[in-house]
Amino acid sequence: MNSAVLPGEAARRRPRPTKWAMLALLRRDKFALAAAVFLVVVVLAALVGPPLLGGIGIDMDLMARNAPPFEPDRGFWHILGSDALGRPILARIIIAARPTLLIAAAAVLLSMVVGVLLGLIAGYKGGIVGDVIMRLTDIVMSFPSLLLALVVLYIFGPAITNVIIVLAITRVPVYLRTTRAEVLEIRSRMFVVAAEVTGASVFRTVSRHILPMVVPTIATLMTIEFAFVMLAEASLSFLGLGVQAPDFTWGVMVAEGRSYLATAWWLSFWPGVFIALVTMSLNLLSNWLRIATDPVQRWRLEREVASDE
Amino acid sequence: MSETLLEVRDLSVEFRSSRGITRAVQNVSWSVAPGETLAILGESGSGKSVSANAVMGLIDSPPGHITSGTAMYGGRDLLQLSGAQRRGINGKSISMIFQDPLAHLNPVYPVGWQIEETLRIHGVSSGEARKRALELLEQVKLPNARQRLGDYPHQFSGGQRQRIMIAMAVALRPDLLIADEPTTALDVTVQARILDLLKELQRESGMGMVLITHDLGVVAQVADRVVVMKDGQVVEGGAVGDVFRRPAHPYTRKLLSAVPGQEPFRHVEQKPEVLVEAKGLVKEYLLASNPFKVGATPTTRALDDVSFKLHAGETLGIVGESGSGKTTLARTLLRLTQPTAGEIAYKGTNVFSLRGRALREFRRKLQVVFQDPTASLNPRMSIHEIVSEPWAIHAGVLPRAEWRAGVEDLLVQVGLKPEHADRYPHQFSGGQRQRIAIARALALQPEIILCDEAVSALDVSVQAQVIALLKELQKKHGLAYIFIAHDLPLVRDFADRVLVMCKGKLVEEGTTEEIFARPKDPYTVELINASPHPDPERLDRHEIA
Repeated sequence: MNSAVLPGEAARRRPRPTKWAMLALLRRDKFALAAAVFLVVVVLAALVGPPLLGGIGIDMDLMARNAPPFEPDRGFWHILGSDALGRPILARIIIAARPTLLIAAAAVLLSMVVGVLLGLIAGYKGGIVGDVIMRLTDIVMSFPSLLLALVVLYIFGPAITNVIIVLAITRVPVYLRTTRAEVLEIRSRMFVVAAEVTGASVFRTVSRHILPMVVPTIATLMTIEFAFVMLAEASLSFLGLGVQAPDFTWGVMVAEGRSYLATAWWLSFWPGVFIALVTMSLNLLSNWLRIATDPVQRWRLEREVASDE
Repeated sequence: MSETLLEVRDLSVEFRSSRGITRAVQNVSWSVAPGETLAILGESGSGKSVSANAVMGLIDSPPGHITSGTAMYGGRDLLQLSGAQRRGINGKSISMIFQDPLAHLNPVYPVGWQIEETLRIHGVSSGEARKRALELLEQVKLPNARQRLGDYPHQFSGGQRQRIMIAMAVALRPDLLIADEPTTALDVTVQARILDLLKELQRESGMGMVLITHDLGVVAQVADRVVVMKDGQVVEGGAVGDVFRRPAHPYTRKLLSAVPGQEPFRHVEQKPEVLVEAKGLVKEYLLASNPFKVGATPTTRALDDVSFKLHAGETLGIVGESGSGKTTLARTLLRLTQPTAGEIAYKGTNVFSLRGRALREFRRKLQVVFQDPTASLNPRMSIHEIVSEPWAIHAGVLPRAEWRAGVEDLLVQVGLKPEHADRYPHQFSGGQRQRIAIARALALQPEIILCDEAVSALDVSVQAQVIALLKELQKKHGLAYIFIAHDLPLVRDFADRVLVMCKGKLVEEGTTEEIFARPKDPYTVELINASPHPDPERLDRHEIA
């Protein structure tokens, strides 16, 4: 009818984007592209870095104690400065990347899966089951999470898997409550009712109509949680209940540099920068993903493609 | 009339975005004199609200730009005012009321306080303001005005809220009142009373009125002059009687002929087969009660002893205003809620006892088209996925390899193109979306389609097209429709039999001709009379009476 005024005339003829089309969409968003490149570099460094580095970053060099950054005479690895035992910070950041990302990603994924699943049940089914889930959530939320972590880790011992599980449990309520609130709203929308009236099973209604609407919110939430979990893990490690030496994480590095903040700020600063950069990259990427997967918004990314045609 | 109050000349407004320039209105001119009512008539997207918004300074810039034109009011050009000058005129000399009064009243303040605020901003003392607020509420005929000053917006009905909005708009005795679709969200009987009120206030104060509407009936009932807009341009203007009797522009003629309620009554032979039979349906809802009070919880009856039959191949119209229980009835028929008492039989079996296979079979045979096509289509699914979903749910109806062809065939049947299958709902207009919803309903070859206000959200000309499509599909597939609507003329054209509902009760039942030509129940009579009719002849008679 009045097709002339609708957006993205050329773009609309395109069916659901394939993998390659998604990559083309990523190219349209310069910030998201930069974020993706940065994350790939960090992950690669975490995977292949430690064996290649060998002793660099672990061996002490008392001549270079708390050496300030940007002094090329000391060699490339000392470019970001050195820590209290003269170990180059850049190398230590690369070594710490693997445990840091592993713990944070595992904890975020675990809490997301559990939280979203319970949130879907509480939101869609409601009733007594929903009430029980919500009250348990309230209990977890009202209990100080650090105290909970301390108790659990004291009893079970500070292994990495325990740290992941504890961090996941304390963050489940965030996903659960968000998911439940969204589901309550979405399930009363007409297209969900339309599916139910057509005879759709509960599984189909939830997986095809409700979950896809919740995913963008959850993706954004996960990126924020990623930073939170990294810092929470640092607090636990600081208290001696998290990652144990000789392993260390960015959070641990921030915590160790705390006592030198006045004299050698770079000890805490650089690992902190990496925590912030990873979080920000994830955030930019999730924002791009939200737009790219939403047919109503996708034209924003396709605009330039459309004008080429 | 020689004197003009506001004269808009050659106004052009465009909205610039990265996607290009949309010319919302082009070279629009109109004027309004004191005591006169000018109607700006147009369908959605015609730009009918834009010129009034420009006059009020409500165009956001960017993206909006006023590229040409003047709006002369009292020797000044309203389009050139500064913010301070604007505040001196808006509300005081020119005021505006909107379609949705709930959105424009602040929910956290009592209505009396909000009216007083309007007065206080413009320098009326506190005590004086209180007195005036009460006077105003009495003037707009709000029942028990004195007791209700302290009530909050949610405690009023839609019509009462619109009265409160009107009270606020006329509080400072403006010269000009701009009403943007003031009655669109209201029931016909309420609409009639609000329009009467506006006319009366106008007679008392001699203010000019600009009424923006899509409803030709409203125009015929209240306006002196009318301008018809299409695609941002004025296509026709003049006295209402002249325009309606001798429309010059083809678009106006098309609009007038699309108005429902002009066709002869349908006479269809009733088939003996009863598809659905409702017996003594009752649905009670618990009201909020005081937990410390002993005794039964108070209940309200949304459905009160409703019984009817639906025969194969017929169209059963169900009419009622908001709160009449017609939506509850639809939900009960769809088995979305359980009735408190009574039963619904589908071909002799109670649908509430259906389980498993039998339930799926029932779901297959009864399909639904909802009011808002935007909300009833999943925005993240392509048209192909939406239309083929019923086949995914009911395995075995159509093998997956034939879905593509099946979807394309359905799209062609509802007047869309096969290549539309790869698009998404937001890329279609409202009427097209409703066609998609109809295609989805047809996918399972149902016997009954329940249309819950299926065309109420659409423009008149689109409405006529969708109704024509429904009729055609009925002929082709022998469908039975349950057509729930608040719009009487529409039901008159489309239904074979009509049920009239009021406060959960069925007050009258009969063939369409019986209901419209010889209504028996006083409520039916009121409903038919309140419905605005786009015929100035009829209007003249109405005014004499």
